[in-house]
Amino acid sequence: MTSPIETEATDASVALDKETATKNDAAEGTSHTGRSPGQLMWARFKRDRVGMISAGIVIFYFAVSALAPVISKLYGKDPYTLYPSEPGHEYILDDFAMPVGTFGGVSGEFWFGVEPNLGRDVFTMLLYGMRTSLYMALVITTLMVITGVLIGMVGGYFGGRADYWLGRITDFFLAFPSQLFFIAFMPVVTALFVSPRDETPTYLRAVAIILVMWFLGWMGMARLVRSSVLSLREREFVEAAKVSGASRWRIVRKEILPNIVTPILVQGTYMLPGSILTIAFLSYVGVGFVEPTPDWGRMFAIGSDIYEQNPAFMFFPGVAMVVFVLAFNLLGDSVRDAFDPKTGR
Amino acid sequence: MLQFLIRRLTGAVVIMFLIGAFTFFLFYTIPQDFAELACGKNCTPENIAVIRENLGLDKPITAQFWEFMGGILTGRDFATGHCAAPCLGQSFDTREFVWDSIIDRFPLTLSLTVGGLVIFLILGLGSGLLAAWKRGTVIDKAVSGASMVLSSFQIYFLGPIVLGIFVYSTGWMENPKYYPITEDPAAWVVGLLIPWAVMATIFTAQYTRMARSTMIEQLQEEHVRTARAKGMKKSYVFFRYAWRGSLTPIVTILGMDLSGLLAGAVVTEFTFDLPGIGRLAVDSSLTKDLPLTMGVMLFGAFFILILNIIVDLAYAYIDPRVRLA
Repeated sequence: MTSPIETEATDASVALDKETATKNDAAEGTSHTGRSPGQLMWARFKRDRVGMISAGIVIFYFAVSALAPVISKLYGKDPYTLYPSEPGHEYILDDFAMPVGTFGGVSGEFWFGVEPNLGRDVFTMLLYGMRTSLYMALVITTLMVITGVLIGMVGGYFGGRADYWLGRITDFFLAFPSQLFFIAFMPVVTALFVSPRDETPTYLRAVAIILVMWFLGWMGMARLVRSSVLSLREREFVEAAKVSGASRWRIVRKEILPNIVTPILVQGTYMLPGSILTIAFLSYVGVGFVEPTPDWGRMFAIGSDIYEQNPAFMFFPGVAMVVFVLAFNLLGDSVRDAFDPKTGR
Repeated sequence: MLQFLIRRLTGAVVIMFLIGAFTFFLFYTIPQDFAELACGKNCTPENIAVIRENLGLDKPITAQFWEFMGGILTGRDFATGHCAAPCLGQSFDTREFVWDSIIDRFPLTLSLTVGGLVIFLILGLGSGLLAAWKRGTVIDKAVSGASMVLSSFQIYFLGPIVLGIFVYSTGWMENPKYYPITEDPAAWVVGLLIPWAVMATIFTAQYTRMARSTMIEQLQEEHVRTARAKGMKKSYVFFRYAWRGSLTPIVTILGMDLSGLLAGAVVTEFTFDLPGIGRLAVDSSLTKDLPLTMGVMLFGAFFILILNIIVDLAYAYIDPRVRLA
């Protein structure tokens, strides 16, 4: 949903970019101390306060997800136990199976409250739910980026008939209503692995989600890479490499790839939250992960069922998701501005 | 223009056929016995044989495919009766014809999609223009900040909050419900007001940001600067020069967002418990009612293609280079 065109920089970062840009020009003019594009980018990024804070938040989410088992061990709970049936916790749910206490049963013992009906611990549910989503999204985004880059490279660099057919295939998959496709094909893909009578193991569900999303997720990247490669292919340094006898593989790897890392990275930062939201969408409508796998999206499904009686349950997963998506979008903008100070102006 | 339209329509027909073929063969490659799926729990081998013959499953796959495609154009006969064209087959579960189930549910999804689209285009582009016009002022900062935050919200999170405020705790409004527009237009609007508002809020926020940034980009263009420099009025330059130029990227993005819009309608149906085709897709997918799933999927693709052609027409209208190319 996010694309480079629709994003914009905050005015603060615009001002900072201008400042750094002019400074860099000045530095180059006087002393000729060369700095690599990476260093320049890092220097610009460091001055972007919004970007740094967003990066911090994103890193925090990843750290928390990676450390989920450690945290839940220290905290002493897990997302599977039905606490009302444990000794000492018999009274955390009332007669209507709603949590006792303020704001969904928030207490020193249950930091984010207790799940209505089943009485699981919300904090660890969220922790492990985020872990599932982030890991899945990382895998999916990596696969989509690699596929997109490969297809875009081949089409853009080799051109001709290969380019024509790859372009047609890309267009064809772009015409699919992707979310409906995900819904329709989740059971089909799971059926490839297990017979309908058996219970589907969680890892196979994960594989099915990855396959389905990967299948319809690489086209944007392929188009982007293709158009970048197309314009680079005619540049003098590529000609020079060709004349000096470099192999095609070397030109692609050493001349072209380094020059398109920036748009790939920026597009990638926008794709990751997109994948997380799609996974959440699938679980929310009920074709993604199912009980008892802790999942971010499914917490919203539980939450909206009991929202009238207990609005507090939705609060923590909801706020966590809004903050995460917001931080990631801001980070994407900042990375883009840092790489290319001209945009956003 | 007519030539352009014909070309686009031919392309759409080809794409539709390919999507149909692709979906069909993907569905039929799964190592599962369709007849067994259609038969249900208490199944005898004789029943399976009967069903297999009724559904035409005893024929080779390619023959089944042409029968399916032919059914869409001319209709076909099932054991339970004639299925008029466009026939998308028969549900395993309810034995209803797929087309009838879809047409039964579709008006709701159409209302959500088109209503939401109109609302977010007006609000989103309007506030984006306002922010670009008042660039750097408090208004711009407020609009940009709000749209940044709101675009990070999700329908399934915002929906319950809005319901909680306006329905559960204050009782100002009824729970959202769908009334056909042909029967009672007023009830139609009132019943869908909350779903529209929630769906449109998130899209509005995205389009505000996009409209603002493309406008700002356009205002930096040289022809715009020249126009200002030669003393043309700010409003004239703003709407006739910059706005004209930023329409093309906005329409491009809109065309790419259409499938997301349909997905938004699906989530909205779930959030507010409305019976649209999203619900139909998920339910049929969970019960492995393959003809119904495939029908909804193809219908969705068709709907998106139609919307895409409309967007393309708008595109060609705005940008002469597109229709002449």
